[in-house]
Amino acid sequence: MNIFVCVKQVPNTAEVRWDFEKGTLIREGVESICNPFDLYAIEEGIRIKERLKKGNVIALTMGPPQAEEILKEAISMGVDDGILISDRAFAGADTLATSYTLAKAIEKVGNVGVVLAGKQAIDGDTAQVGPELAAMLAIPQVTYVRKIAEIDEEKAVVERLTDYGYDVVETQLPVLFTVVKEINEPRLPSLRGKMKARNFKPKLFTSSDLDVDESKIGLAGSPTNVKRIFQPELRKAGEKYEGDPENLAKILAERIKGLKLI
Amino acid sequence: MNYFFTEEEQMIKELAHKIAEEKIIPVRQKYDDEGIFPYDIVEILRESDLFRIFIPEEYEGLGGGVLPMVLAVEELSWGCGGIALAYAGTALGAFPIILFGNDDQKKKYLPKIANGTLAAFALTEADAGSDAANIKTRAKKDGDYYILNGTKQFITNAGEAEIYTVIALTNPLKGARGATAFILEKGMKGLEFGKKENKMGIRASVTREVVMKDLRVHKSQILGKEGRGFMLAMKTFDHTRPGVASQALGIAQAALDAAVKYAKQRHQFGKPIASFQAIQHMFADMGTKIEAARALIYSVARAIDKGSYSPKESAMTKVLASDVAMEVATNAVQIFGGYGYMKEYPVEKMMRDAKITQIYEGTNQIMRNIIATRIIKETR
Ligand SMILES: Cc1cc2nc3c(=O)[nH]c(=O)nc-3n(C[C@H](O)[C@H](O)[C@H](O)COP(=O)(O)OP(=O)(O)OC[C@H]3O[C@@H](n4cnc5c(N)ncnc54)[C@H](O)[C@@H]3O)c2cc1C
Repeated sequence: MNIFVCVKQVPNTAEVRWDFEKGTLIREGVESICNPFDLYAIEEGIRIKERLKKGNVIALTMGPPQAEEILKEAISMGVDDGILISDRAFAGADTLATSYTLAKAIEKVGNVGVVLAGKQAIDGDTAQVGPELAAMLAIPQVTYVRKIAEIDEEKAVVERLTDYGYDVVETQLPVLFTVVKEINEPRLPSLRGKMKARNFKPKLFTSSDLDVDESKIGLAGSPTNVKRIFQPELRKAGEKYEGDPENLAKILAERIKGLKLI
Repeated sequence: MNYFFTEEEQMIKELAHKIAEEKIIPVRQKYDDEGIFPYDIVEILRESDLFRIFIPEEYEGLGGGVLPMVLAVEELSWGCGGIALAYAGTALGAFPIILFGNDDQKKKYLPKIANGTLAAFALTEADAGSDAANIKTRAKKDGDYYILNGTKQFITNAGEAEIYTVIALTNPLKGARGATAFILEKGMKGLEFGKKENKMGIRASVTREVVMKDLRVHKSQILGKEGRGFMLAMKTFDHTRPGVASQALGIAQAALDAAVKYAKQRHQFGKPIASFQAIQHMFADMGTKIEAARALIYSVARAIDKGSYSPKESAMTKVLASDVAMEVATNAVQIFGGYGYMKEYPVEKMMRDAKITQIYEGTNQIMRNIIATRIIKETR
């Protein structure tokens, strides 16, 4: 059984600045990192294997050749194998073309047990690729998973984080989960992992390696058009109060009285 | 300064630093306050393979050597000198087996240590500190067995460790030449531990008595040769004193880092205190002394790993680095002023932690005795 973990190399948004004149992000000199949410997906993939005592954890990413770095990072944490999906023909892909391409790569490897992804990437922030990928693979999906309570080779019971609490969802396998940071604490790399990663070369999938419809990949396969990117006007910072409900209610009442609204 | 590390050495340093920064620093104050033994951190170190780095490859290690150990201890101690001691104390417990164990003993114990089992080394007794040859613990021969009786004092990791190297007298008439090293395991009948000592610093480390009461142990547990226990202890220290030195070095670096950060943001007389020359010169001296200690430690560790070691050089690393650590940590408190004296800030703990490095594995007076004796002997 294969456990796939989808990972993405993103600019460290904590360091990215905004070019006000051009209305674009200044990406020069900003380090590339593994999308932080994907680290939780990697950790959970490794834990599923440890729990089941079987399975093969495969990290895959679509991106430029440098994206190999995050596959190495995954290997240093304990992932078994890494696949780099890279080709000029894939460039300019939106979430639809990306999930289509990822699905083709996963189908090529086959024997799908679980597909994991972070809940979203911190650059695009769409949270679309996970759900789209499940649809392309025609497998069930559970998003915002905060805990895998039970799992075997047939089915899983997971907790899905919601705004008000959590849902308990039972699902058959194969299945796709997107995970939130509550799910685990990603391990640090081990030395043996780092040594393995140093010499690691991922499998490379180009467009000719995959059974893809040319009109569905890259820019051609991307119906999304970005009309305009702009920075919303900064809102004035609000005031923040902390405390128990009783005291907070008192503070609020005082404020409202102060404004002579009541 | 660039020490031209190999890729592996660099990896060890970076990984240990990351663990210190992300896992140790967030808990160090609490563990120090409450005297919590850092089992959670030990587990992280185990998972990260750091226990493997001083163990030879044949025994599930990653090559072995003093330099890798020194690099890890330095970075972990930069996070917390006390928490790092669970690890460094295990290295002290492992080295006698690495250096003097026969193949069976190495096969039995080193893979366990490589996989994160804690170890300890027990030499000191109530009346045998600096005068270590004055130990009284007795190992009486009884056929293929020895019966051990006696009490070791101030033993790091005692009670938490599974594997102990203990020095006992097999022939009391011969004094130091009648001492023999034994490997003991927690759980052996007659092996007990005293209460946890309440210490000034390194409070996340445990220090206890190791008490042996009619403890019967097979002769196959003798480490090295009968009568060579004292020599074994001294050669072990030649390999591990750079480890204590690197613990001191890590504490010193942490104290300097904290002091510089603080001095840049603390304003008095309308300026950051880092702009006062009196403070700047303290930084200059602290930084220079730290780098000198570091250069000596790395050079000696490298020399040891290449097979050339001497009691003098190992003693020099410990004297220099521990004196530097005490001075730097004291000055860091000075730079923090009144805040430095408060527990909310990290430097008072560093000052308490630094102090032990001038005392254990031989006091700095004893280190100077060793160094001076050799210098006098070598100079004709
Ligand atoms: C926290 C802690 C952990 C320890 N861990 C271990 C451990 O894991 N294993 C172990 O075996 N031991 C351990 N020790 C023991 C440690 O190594 C001894 O405490 C140390 O060697 C000093 O011995 P002492 O305490 O008996 O002091 P003493 O020997 O009584 O020394 C008292 C003072 O006299 C000075 N002095 C003594 N003799 C001379 C001399 N000839 N010339 C000049 N000055 C002299 C000393 O330098 C010191 O200043 C530990 C100690 C502590 C405090």
